[in-house]
Amino acid sequence: MSATLWRGAGERLRANSAAVAAIGVLAILVILALAAPALNPNSVEALDWTRIASAPGMEHAHWFGTDRLGRDLFVRTFEGARTSMAVGLVAGAVSLSLGLGFGAIAGYFGGRTDYLMMRIIEILSGLPLVFFVIFLTVILGRNGYVLYASVVAVGWLTMARIVRGQTLSIRRREFIEAAVAGGAAPARVIWRHVVPNVLGPAAVYATLMVPQIILFESFLSFLGLGTQEPHASLGTLIAEGAAEMEAAPWILLAPGIFLALLLVSLNVLGDGLRDAFDVRESG
Amino acid sequence: MSASPAVAASERAAPILRVDALKVCYALDGAAIAAVREVSLEVAAGECLGIVGESGSGKSQMVLAALGLLARNARVEGSVSFEGTELLGLPAADLNRIRGSKLSMVFQDPMSSLTPHVRIGVQLAEVLVHHARVTWADAERAALDMLVRVRVPEARRRMRQYPHELSGGMRQRVMIGISLMCGPKVVVADEPTSALDVTVQAQILALLREVRAQSGMSVVLISHDLGVVASLAERIVVMYAGRVVESAPTIELLRTPRHPYTSLLIECAPSLHRARLDRMPCLQGVPPNPLDPEIGCAFAPRCPRVTDLCREQRPPLRRVDGAAVAVAQVACHHPLHP
Amino acid sequence: MPRYFLKRLGAAIPTLFIIVTLSFFLTRWAPGGPFEEERALPPEIMANLQRAYGLDQPVWVQYGRYLRALSHGDFGPSFRYKDFTVSELIAQGLPVTLELGSIAMALALAIGIPLGTLAALRRHSAADYAAVSLAVLGIAIPSFVVLPLLALIFGIALHWLPVAGWEPGSLRYIVLPVIALALPPLAYIVRLTRGGMLETLGSPFIRTAFAKGLPLRIIITRHALRPALVPVAGYLAPAVASIMTGSLVVESIAGLPGVGRYLVQGALNRDYTLVLGMVILYSSVLIGMGLLVDLLHAWLDPRVRFAQ
Repeated sequence: MSATLWRGAGERLRANSAAVAAIGVLAILVILALAAPALNPNSVEALDWTRIASAPGMEHAHWFGTDRLGRDLFVRTFEGARTSMAVGLVAGAVSLSLGLGFGAIAGYFGGRTDYLMMRIIEILSGLPLVFFVIFLTVILGRNGYVLYASVVAVGWLTMARIVRGQTLSIRRREFIEAAVAGGAAPARVIWRHVVPNVLGPAAVYATLMVPQIILFESFLSFLGLGTQEPHASLGTLIAEGAAEMEAAPWILLAPGIFLALLLVSLNVLGDGLRDAFDVRESG
Repeated sequence: MSASPAVAASERAAPILRVDALKVCYALDGAAIAAVREVSLEVAAGECLGIVGESGSGKSQMVLAALGLLARNARVEGSVSFEGTELLGLPAADLNRIRGSKLSMVFQDPMSSLTPHVRIGVQLAEVLVHHARVTWADAERAALDMLVRVRVPEARRRMRQYPHELSGGMRQRVMIGISLMCGPKVVVADEPTSALDVTVQAQILALLREVRAQSGMSVVLISHDLGVVASLAERIVVMYAGRVVESAPTIELLRTPRHPYTSLLIECAPSLHRARLDRMPCLQGVPPNPLDPEIGCAFAPRCPRVTDLCREQRPPLRRVDGAAVAVAQVACHHPLHP
Repeated sequence: MPRYFLKRLGAAIPTLFIIVTLSFFLTRWAPGGPFEEERALPPEIMANLQRAYGLDQPVWVQYGRYLRALSHGDFGPSFRYKDFTVSELIAQGLPVTLELGSIAMALALAIGIPLGTLAALRRHSAADYAAVSLAVLGIAIPSFVVLPLLALIFGIALHWLPVAGWEPGSLRYIVLPVIALALPPLAYIVRLTRGGMLETLGSPFIRTAFAKGLPLRIIITRHALRPALVPVAGYLAPAVASIMTGSLVVESIAGLPGVGRYLVQGALNRDYTLVLGMVILYSSVLIGMGLLVDLLHAWLDPRVRFAQ
């Protein structure tokens, strides 16, 4: 990727006040989530039967209150946040690699390989992922592998499409043709020449993919198909909160607001990056 | 020196369209792009005025400004008045009463200038419905008559068709028909033939000539092709780099061009029977960059008669003394004729 | 045009058939069965149960019987809700879900399109920024966060609307769920309409329309709207999918007796027939929507029609 492209993009991004604000918000959220255990002495799992569903207060450092099992909500909220963000990053990385590989291969070889791979993507994009997951859950039971596989599946399809488009557009450029003519094996050409050049747009899309992954994991967890007890993710916490809404409204607020802020700032940042780099899907 | 009677007569009759010191510029990323640096001209009732110039000379921008069709980031100064009414800054409701009915426009590319998903008949009739407040039935009858008048074959069938089902020439006839629906006083035709085949060009120009003879309306014909303009216009205005550099009656302009640019245009003009080219093949160089400030005469870099004076001082547009029939003007330090 | 429709229909039916077949065989070949999670049953009872539900027959026979039953609209009995067949459960819950979903879709279109158009017409104004911000929030924040928050504000804090529950025919109970459900598609529609309208307004034929002296209202409705809405038409099928997935969550939070909770419960209970029935139902709806959208797209743009 040319240096001027990066510099121009950087300027455009800095001019985008919404994106800059989003970066700030994200930074705060991440720091809070990571620092929470240090700030609050309560443990994530400790059940305090004397303080079931108590409102937020200063005593015993239950700043966000407790849930119906007496667990401190401050630490649980941020543990849920850490889980959600971790899933987003890890699944995002896996999704990025998968989509990168798939798309680069399809775009590089073109012809029938490309056609076949694109048809596969089309078919898989047809049905909403949730139904796949639900279906798999019926068959295989509540399974960690199902969850992780499906969360990865959220993003890699569009990633593959974008990478394929980018690969197609640089396929005919001289340095690729030169490498091929020089007798380099396809794997080598792809790895050394195609990938570095499509990495930019792919990374930009990855920032839009992460909130989708986090959202999907939260969604599944909310329904009870995702992260299981006693682990907490923002989805499970929100589900608990929704159930206890009338009796203990505060259980819902912290994870709900955190998730909302996280998703909005990730989306705004992703939009800003996409505008700055002007990524397109078609080759 | 006293003006001839014919000159005095045309000066006395008020022009139907009058452009006064019009300037159009755009603000883009902090820089100012001058599309029209300054233009003044007049169109008399019943006259056919031709405006000729390369792309970038500002000829289209000028008429778009007159009709209020410029983009939102355009900055317009000066005045454009139609029948005495100032058009610039006119509120939309009032402007809409004039444009399409008394002052209408024909655009360059009829394929993209007609709405693809609306039937031809509707695109014609709606003009009448909204200006003359007639019923749709009456308007569609009038639309059918118009199609016949502009010589579109199988008019009744065409009424229900979509633009992409017609040929380029037919589409342009439809566009002309649309501009004529309300019997306008002035029709502005911006490159009406540039997107068409050479043979179709001649037909369209013939149609314009015929319509003009029938109705006695004024026509402003804009083109980069001097041959096209000369075949129809009684008077020609030559524009370069956002300014008028010469204006004269057609015959006088062609016989005794005063500005060096005009004479080069005449030499290079693609005739109606040769292939059209958007760039003059024998003119060297390109028009100046609208971002650059003006220093001296804009044509200086390409002028065969250039001197230092030309590079330092911009020649003003001045009346030519003793012009043969009507008013002629030129902006040059060293015109070919006085 | 009719030929185009028939061609698409012809492609849709095999797709549905493949889905049904694949799903059926996957459920039969999966490890474990629907009765394994229950407390250990004596073998004779297990055998009786298996026979009653036809699970002792070879898979192919089961498949044949299932297809035959399907053609009668019989999805088989629910393994979990012992007194009901899947068809009965669907019949109970479908009207509720349909009502919820269609009102949400209608709301998204009825508000989204005018809002997007307004934003495009008044670019860089306060209305534009408000619309764009609303779109960002609607796209990013999922309905299972929006609905509880809305319920918190309007139900618990202000007591204007009920928090959960259902009363047939009463609108109060579906106001908040519909809003939460409609918000994401509404946000996309605002964005797409705004973008499509901005692009269309720059077209030459719109300039012609202005030059004709037509009022803005006519220019928008007759000349600009159809091409501007093409991206929205392309979004309709994903919008339906989004509403379908959203309804799973919204129904469970708001306690609405719709069909969505059966899908989730069926998955958790490993109720094969129920989930199978649901999958077929949702797939048919999606495929049907896909067909409708293609037709709509062809209608919006005559050039597509004639290009076939």
